[in-house]
Amino acid sequence: MSLRRPVSEQDHVAGSAEAPLTLVEYGDYQCPHCAAADPVVRAVQKALGRDLRFVFRNFPLTEMHPAAEPAAEFAEGAAVQGKFWEAHDAIFAWSRRHGPPSLGPEAFATIAKSLQLDAAQLEADIESHRYLERIRDDFNGGVRSGVNGTPSFFINGTRFDGGADELGEALRALL
Amino acid sequence: MPILTAGTPAPNFSLSSTPDQRVSLSDFRGKPVVLAFYPADWSPVCGDQMALYNEMLAEFRHQKAQLLGISVDGVWCHAAFAADRKLHFPLLADFEPKGAVARQYGAYRESDGVSERALFVIDAEGIVRWSFLSPIGVNPGADGIFDALDALTAKGTP
Repeated sequence: MSLRRPVSEQDHVAGSAEAPLTLVEYGDYQCPHCAAADPVVRAVQKALGRDLRFVFRNFPLTEMHPAAEPAAEFAEGAAVQGKFWEAHDAIFAWSRRHGPPSLGPEAFATIAKSLQLDAAQLEADIESHRYLERIRDDFNGGVRSGVNGTPSFFINGTRFDGGADELGEALRALL
Repeated sequence: MPILTAGTPAPNFSLSSTPDQRVSLSDFRGKPVVLAFYPADWSPVCGDQMALYNEMLAEFRHQKAQLLGISVDGVWCHAAFAADRKLHFPLLADFEPKGAVARQYGAYRESDGVSERALFVIDAEGIVRWSFLSPIGVNPGADGIFDALDALTAKGTP
């Protein structure tokens, strides 16, 4: 199974386009497995440094995880305020500390404050679903690439079926 | 019997979707139908197959296609499962005689007494246009379904 949508300017990208390795994750902010995988991805990024480009795309399972979509909207709003990765990490960290069900308006307000984001703007962004189309677009692109749950990873465009803890090894093997 | 393949007329069926409603394949003549056989309600995985399809109902609507889930579970089990997972599409009970419809589609798993994880895309005239048998433990996703629906649209048979 391969990634149908190439990495583009629309994506949230950490790392250089020149990097020999690209890791794309489809994730859901209220999914416990995604929250658990996030520090693993961070560690892999740190270990591989300039050799890795990491891309995160939204795949919220909204009926199962009612806060997944607002959380994605929060992160998209934070991106516009220049702090996507900070918000991304903070949401997953919150989830690990307080449990995914506790994600919601209070969590978002606390995170916004700690990251010195414009909380009122973020609240308005979530309320108006300003970034929903982009989020759905990520989701639909994932479906077309065969994403069947979260987190789903693609390494250099090819689906990676192992666990998050095997990511580092799989990536290094390609260097 | 292997699963029905492209070009085969899809056998009609009439199954209960709720304690007081029945659904027939022929009800949907004129629009594509996506038939998703799955082994059982209450699959323990996060982001399971039915939950995934549930998130894509807008896309199915956009393609003017009707999604139907089928397993050998009974209507009350389906009702509880659908309510718990907030599923917004019909789950059909292939319950009595057990697995009769799955057998007609070559999607019954005799050894376990459940349906296979098998997908069928049926066109507006009731002909199977695409089918796929997934390993029972593997969520097949939906890319194959949408590729098949795209192919129908491209042929001008919405």
